[in-house]
This record gives sequence, structure tokens and C-alpha cells, in this order.
Amino acid sequence: MSKFSRRDFIKAGAAVGATSFAAGFTPFAIGGATKKVVVVGGGVGGATAAKYIKMADSSIDVTIIEANKDYHTCFFSNEVLSGERELDSLKVGYSGLKKHGINIVHAWVSNIDPKGQVVKTSDGQSFPYDRCVVSPGVDFKWDTVEGFDATIAEAKPHAWLAGEQTITLKKQLHSMKQGGTFIIAPPPNPFRCPPGPGERITQVANYFKVHNPTAKIIAFDPKKGFSKGPWFQNAWERFHGFDSANPTADGMISYHALDGVVAFDAGSNTVTTASGNKVKGDVVNIIPAQKAGTVATASGLTNDKGWCPIDALTFESTMHKNIHIVGDSSVSSPMPKSGYAANSQAKVCAFAVVALLNGDKPGHPTYVNTCYSFISKHEAISVAMVYDYKDGKIVKVDGSGGLTSKEVDAKHLKMRAREAEYAHSWWSNIVDDSWG
Amino acid sequence: MKNKKTLGAALLLSSVVFSGASMAGGASAEALSVTCAGCHGYNGASTGPATPSLAGMSETYISDSMKAYKSEERPSTIMSRIAKGYDDDDFAKMGTFFAAQKMHMADQSAGNKSKDGKKLHKKNCEKCHSEIGTEASDDSGQLAGQWVPYLKYSLEDALDGSRDMGKKMMKKLKKVHKKGGEESIQALLDYYASQK
Repeated sequence: MSKFSRRDFIKAGAAVGATSFAAGFTPFAIGGATKKVVVVGGGVGGATAAKYIKMADSSIDVTIIEANKDYHTCFFSNEVLSGERELDSLKVGYSGLKKHGINIVHAWVSNIDPKGQVVKTSDGQSFPYDRCVVSPGVDFKWDTVEGFDATIAEAKPHAWLAGEQTITLKKQLHSMKQGGTFIIAPPPNPFRCPPGPGERITQVANYFKVHNPTAKIIAFDPKKGFSKGPWFQNAWERFHGFDSANPTADGMISYHALDGVVAFDAGSNTVTTASGNKVKGDVVNIIPAQKAGTVATASGLTNDKGWCPIDALTFESTMHKNIHIVGDSSVSSPMPKSGYAANSQAKVCAFAVVALLNGDKPGHPTYVNTCYSFISKHEAISVAMVYDYKDGKIVKVDGSGGLTSKEVDAKHLKMRAREAEYAHSWWSNIVDDSWG
Repeated sequence: MKNKKTLGAALLLSSVVFSGASMAGGASAEALSVTCAGCHGYNGASTGPATPSLAGMSETYISDSMKAYKSEERPSTIMSRIAKGYDDDDFAKMGTFFAAQKMHMADQSAGNKSKDGKKLHKKNCEKCHSEIGTEASDDSGQLAGQWVPYLKYSLEDALDGSRDMGKKMMKKLKKVHKKGGEESIQALLDYYASQK
């Protein structure tokens, strides 16, 4: 590849004058082959990276490869369980990205060859790249709960990737017998959407309160708590008779910390917990431990814990050059594995990729996370954080971020009602920013 | 408005000096501003239904707003928590970025009081919020085409005393509210919503 960068070309172009353009020269003709970026995965991280690369430098040939023609956002999918939303309302397509001149390919990426710089799909296609951005989301560690695997999960869904399983779980919850028991088993850290389990319990409890008031929700959590935990528990106290001082007490919701599910008998729908509890559920929702998406593992991008280490300046893999990883699969702590974090990381990555392809130095990164959870239809809470780049690492900016106030007096409830409106705006805007 | 504009000019000058000095270190205006898009829309053009658009407002308005959020002088749900992650130099950069974007007119439904709202606006608001509140050089927030729930919250906060919008505006707003009650406020909002 020629060392004549796009920037040099622009300088040269300016010196020579407009005639060279008139004569039909293009940057590609002079600068060598068109720079190619292949993006693997069409979720928030991949879509945002593809869009921002193309918008920053339209001369780069950007291809995004995603197996599904439609994508359902994982964020807000817990509301499908309570019936507040239909799964279809979370559907996102790829026509927006296509309009920006991004090539859309629907195929399953089997692996990336880092030496040959080629992305290979299961249907035999090959996509050479100068730089590759990988955003495959999460995959599951199926060997962590005895008796639970991918096949069983089709009938007893984890519903942790929005889609068919979300519908299956909703149907099971909505047809559960009166006074039945719903068992939910949140995963160990780290996992996609840290407030997700609390959100799910809250949404299901809100549904039960109206449609199945004698139903029970039992949570067996391997952790001592979860994101926004005290905020959700406060809501359970206000609406569902939960006692935070005695969380395992019998009630609509009982929450067992540090007692995760270790085994499942699908035949009898019975879970066994770490402490030896055996409980039969009418609906069981086991959310398995997680790791980076399969393509990351297949391409040698993961560490011994199953996640992808990256350079926080560019999100380039520390294991293979010219491959960048953003979103849930990346090791981007202290950022959470959230949609907003993936969107923010993808922009840092996109600017870095454009700079590197043009022979420039990547700029100083800055990152944000913002995440809303609904407490009820007209009440939402949020968590936010601003991050900076220091000494090669992502660091929280002191004094920034945090959660919605814990207060629930009239004044604060008014603000939470606004947060519910802002939460809907969040969904609309992040979807438009990423895929629009 | 005169004082406000002088202040604006002073801020603009200082921001030029700051951004020059911080080029080697901090994040660029673009890098900082694109982090807002997940809530405020691509390039600050919000798809709504409530979160305000930022595109096309003046640098001074954006950076003053961020300072007021940071100090909690201006009430907010989430903005003060976010503003605390940045310094004045960052705010000036964000202001420069959003001021350079085309103002976004929200596509939203309006109630049937926009005619009354037009009269109220002309009489009470237009002097400082010219072009129905779309003139960036006024250094005030966008009104016409801004998402109405956000405008409503802003007026609520001003009327209940939790947000000081300045003597002049508070006097006018209280007068409008005293005379016409919530209906007058709604009429103003209908008028702003009806502008596409």
C-alpha cells in the first residue's frame, strides 16, 4: 500500500489546483487502493463504529457483516416481559446504514484471519480488510449450571439477547398458573446489562401485581447484590411488600444473595443453589455466565477469562493488530457492558481507525455511559458516568456520574416521571445515532 | 441582553485561548460532543419525544447551561451528574460543536391553542427570544421546534422557583401565568410545537 496518505493527497491536491480533480483523479487513484474496514456484528457497537467511520471519512470502504436482517435492541426488552412493549417496537434494520454508503452483508462470520487480514463467513465469503472492528456482544458459558445448555434454553429461555426467547419467556410468565412461582437466576460478574436482573424482577413483579397477585418471584443471585439494587429494592418495598431488611422472607419477591443456581433439572423444573436449596419453579429463567461473542473466541481475540483485552486509546486488540473490539466483548472496565458504553466506545474506536488509516495519531479519548431503567410505567431511574483516558487506561472522572436520588417524595417522583420521558428519548436517540 | 452578549463575547475569546492551549491534552470538540448523541441525537438533533435538541444553539448558551448544571444552580434529572465530569474548557468545546450544527425542528403534535400562544409570545417573549426563539445570537435556548416536554419542565421549574431564569423573564412569565394560568403556558407550548 502506498504511503501517500489521504491528508498528503489533500495537500498535494491543494498545491496542484482543481485541475487534477477535473482530470478525473480521485484520492484512490493516486493514493493506492481504497482503505477497507470490515465491521463484524450489527449491534450498537458495530453499527455505531461503521456509521462514524463512514461519516468521518467517506473515502473508506466500510462493510458491516451481521447474521440477522433485523436486530432487536436488548435495552428495554425487559419491558416486553411485562407487556409494556411489544418486541417489534425494539426492531431495528440496516437501511439507515446503507443510505450512508455502508455495505451491508447478512452472513455469519465464522472467523477472522488476523495474519491474512480477512474476515470469513460460514457461507464461504471472504472480506479482506485494512482494519477490522469486532462487536459480537456476549456468548454464554454453558458449562456453569449443570443440566442447563443451549438446547434446553430454547424451551426454558435465558432471554438475555432480545429476540425469540424474549417472546417465549413472556408467554410462559403470562400463562403461569395463579399463585405460581417464577425463579430467576442472575449471572455472575461480568455480564451484559448489570441492572438487567433487577429490571427484569421489577417488570415481572409489576405484571404479576395486576394479573397474578399471589404469584411469587424468587431470585437466586451468585452475587451479593446488583446494579441499582437498593433503588429497585426500594420500589419492591413500595409496590410489592418487599422487606430489604429481610430480603429472603416469603412475599411476592424474595431475593437470595450469594446463593446462585448451580444445577437445573429441566424435567421437574427444579433448581439447586450453591447452598443446597432445591426449589421447583413454574417458570424458570436461568441467565448463564457470559463471555465474549463466539467469533472473538474463534479468532483468538480472548484472554483466559473469555473476554477481549484492548488498548483503550483505539480499542485495538492487544492480541492481534488491526483488529479493534468494542462493546460487551471488550475488557473496558470500569465501563459497564451496556448499550450506551458500546456506542461511546465505538465512536472513540471509529475516530482512531480513521486517524490510523490516514497516518494520523489518534486523538485523546473521552467516554460516557448513561442507562435508564423503568421502575413503573411513569417512573424511571438512571445511572451515568463520564470516563477519561489516563496512563493507558479508562478511568472514571472524579465527582461525575452516579444514580438518580434515592428520595421518593413528591418532588423527586416528579423528577423520576421526567426520567421516564427521557428514558424513551434515550431509546429513540441511541437507536437513531447508531443505526440511523 | 446587552450584558449577556458582552459576556458571551468574553467567553468566546477565552475559549479560543483555552482550546489553543489544550490541543495537546484534552479531547477534541467532536470527541466530547459525540458522547451526547445517545440521548440528544446525532449531532444534537434529538428524535425526542422529550430530550432537547442541542444543535444550532449558541456556544455561550450551551456552555453556560453546562456550567449551571455542574453547579446545580439549574435543576436537572441527570445533567448535573454528567456535567460534573467536565471543565469549562470542555464546555466551550461542546458549545462550539453544537453551535456549528443546523438547528433541528422537532416533528411533534401541537394542541389547538397555538394562535393564543403566538400572541403571548409576541407580547412577552419575542424581544429576547427572537425568531420565535430560534436566533442563536440571542444566547438563549431554542423554543420553536424544541421538544415540548422539555420546554414544559423548564417553565415548571421557573414557576415553582427551582430555576432562576433571570429577573426580566421571571417577571414576564409570572405575569403570563397569573393572568392566564396553565392554559397560557400550554398556549405558548402549542405555538412552539406548531413551528416545523
